[in-house]
Amino acid sequence: MTENPKQSPLAANPYLPEIGTVVETIQETHNIKTFRVVLGSEERMQNFHYEPGQVGQLSVFGIGESTFVINSPPTRKEYLQFSVMRAGEVTTKLHSLSKGDRIGVRAPLGNAFPYESMKGKDIIFIGGGIGMAPLRTLLLFMLDNRKDYGKIRLLYGARSPQDMAFSYELPDWLERKDMETVLTIDREAEGWEHKVGLIPNVLLDMAPKPRKAVAVTCGPPIMIKFTLQALKKLGFKDNQIITTLEKRMKCGVGICGRCNIGTKYVCVDGPVFSYEQLRELPNEL
Amino acid sequence: MAEAKYISNDKLTAWLDELAGKMRVIAPTRQGDAVVFAPYASGQSVELTQEATSPPKSVVFPASEDLLRYDYRKNPENLGQVDVELLPTITPEPTLVFGSRPCGVRGFLIFDRVYDGAIYKDPYYLARREATLFATITCGHAENACFCHSVGSGPGDATGSDLLLTPIGDGFVVESVSDKGSQCLESSLLEAAGGKADEAKAFREKAHQEMGEPQDFGPAQKKLLELFDDMGFWEDVSAKCISCGACTYLCPTCYCFNITDENAGLTGRRVRSWDNCMSFQFTLEASGHNPRPTKAHRLKNRVGHKFSYYPDLHEGIIACCGCGRCIKSCPVSVDIREIVTKAMAHQPPAVEEAAK
Ligand SMILES: Cc1cc2nc3c(=O)[nH]c(=O)nc-3n(C[C@H](O)[C@H](O)[C@H](O)COP(=O)(O)OP(=O)(O)OC[C@H]3O[C@@H](n4cnc5c(N)ncnc54)[C@H](O)[C@@H]3O)c2cc1C
Ligand code: SF4
Ligand code: SF4
Ligand code: FES
Repeated sequence: MTENPKQSPLAANPYLPEIGTVVETIQETHNIKTFRVVLGSEERMQNFHYEPGQVGQLSVFGIGESTFVINSPPTRKEYLQFSVMRAGEVTTKLHSLSKGDRIGVRAPLGNAFPYESMKGKDIIFIGGGIGMAPLRTLLLFMLDNRKDYGKIRLLYGARSPQDMAFSYELPDWLERKDMETVLTIDREAEGWEHKVGLIPNVLLDMAPKPRKAVAVTCGPPIMIKFTLQALKKLGFKDNQIITTLEKRMKCGVGICGRCNIGTKYVCVDGPVFSYEQLRELPNEL
Repeated sequence: MAEAKYISNDKLTAWLDELAGKMRVIAPTRQGDAVVFAPYASGQSVELTQEATSPPKSVVFPASEDLLRYDYRKNPENLGQVDVELLPTITPEPTLVFGSRPCGVRGFLIFDRVYDGAIYKDPYYLARREATLFATITCGHAENACFCHSVGSGPGDATGSDLLLTPIGDGFVVESVSDKGSQCLESSLLEAAGGKADEAKAFREKAHQEMGEPQDFGPAQKKLLELFDDMGFWEDVSAKCISCGACTYLCPTCYCFNITDENAGLTGRRVRSWDNCMSFQFTLEASGHNPRPTKAHRLKNRVGHKFSYYPDLHEGIIACCGCGRCIKSCPVSVDIREIVTKAMAHQPPAVEEAAK
């Protein structure tokens, strides 16, 4: 389910970025900024094929490259969207970019969510913090192909209301009749009308039924750990739980040898894995 | 194909000069106690008796190379707009590596499966690989750190080479292994090998036999994975290691790299350089989390990669050519053979308990 290499300029030289242009930026939170990027030409944008869950390497020439999920779905191709949390050198430099700036893009890389085999099933998305980025791609993709999927539920948690990314989209998601959205924050905050509490606890309250369902979760390691326990308690099996992994990456194409866990390379065999697949891997997360 | 010729030692320099007229020649050169591969200059003496300290890895995979140059330019029509231009820099030069040992080229057979992958190909590596010829010398005498015969190679192994030279009498029998190699034999300095070709064959067989019984590392593939969570084992075998990285930099089969930018005002270079899985930074993530926090975790990955993960992905082929450089150059004498042997012999504690 990875990209077709014939359509990817990366097949010829996987290290050579394309030059993209930032067409819009959105300050999501104090440390997350979203970039909408277009590649070369209109035609190139239309020919650019990717699947929900795939990632790209963004370059600021002179500083370096880092890996980010393409968090706009392939069903909406006016631009490619990346949401970047400030973490170190490259991400800090990215935050200083604005509309019109050039940016290097190596994409698409990695595998994708198994959205074909999820057809007909109920989906529960559980996202924490910046972990909402990969989920957004799949969520929008499913909403754009709504009839293919059963009940769609989203549980999105952040530390505080100010830490919620994609806030401009949340009202729509809350209002929609064809999905259920639950927002939660860690501690009470003034004016907050949604849930308060840690994601795993809110998830237990929501009690999604595991029958014919798939849970897709992404967030900080500690959240994942307890979310997994909650899902188990609710009766979800390892093959019904899907997540994405993060490893330090460089080449993104399985050559530089940096991102392996035993025989698997997160850059080409991942970043999407089911818990059943993760259990098969050596313990090196 | 194997066409056989003979060259006497007194004509070797003239032959090298002839070859150097056609392409860049890299040959083992003495530098103090060390023997390193360096560009050959006309008339220079080459060191063919002592195995080189470092392999010819950098000829095809330089320790540091440009992947591309970038150039920021103000748009003359719109001064607020800065464009960036990228220029990939692939500049292979026809090269002959003269006088490496079989292990020197065998390292690239390990690289090939990764750098010439089914989906992604590394054009920088492949261009250099294509432009490089290997004239390999049969090893007459194995050093005590050598174990090439245990990883599917041997002192007279010509796999991957273009020419194979075997020392006979006062010169070398020179045999072509590839079409590219045959072209190097078109010189009036070389004479017909005649019966010496048989002598060369006998020489190689004898050298192989003298290495003794090969060790079977096959079981390591499963065993190393079984030992993955046994950190006691890995702490024990890595106790001496000082994370210096010499073992990986000198290894003909280590292929990991880093990519960094070198900025110089409005222009600069994106550089690829050798990296080393024995260093803490190799897997350190921006969050501060490190999946391989101790040297025990890192040595486990180095040994596991060569003897378990790579063979699992590549038809059982071990990602080690048995050259022994990591053993000879380790300042604290960590011996990869001992680690693998120990791993293969290791009984899980639970089994020992049950046996009592
Ligand atoms: C598959 C995948 C998807 C990701 N998606 C997103 C996303 O959508 N949004 C987001 O904000 N972050 C995402 N990340 C994390 C992001 O790549 C790191 O936060 C970023 O690389 C940090 O770079 P830096 O230069 O600012 O940090 P520094 O600490 O200065 O990093 C130095 C170097 O380490 C590398 N590095 C450090 N940590 C990581 C890491 N965790 N993963 C990969 N490389 C690392 C960087 O590439 C950089 O070259 C993703 C990571 C992976 C592996
Ligand atoms: S050469 Fe020896 S001490 Fe240095 S990193 Fe390798 S094993 Fe450790
Ligand atoms: S691991 Fe050691 S013996 Fe094996 S190829 Fe590398 S340097 Fe040579
Ligand atoms: S990032 Fe290079 S191998 Fe995965």
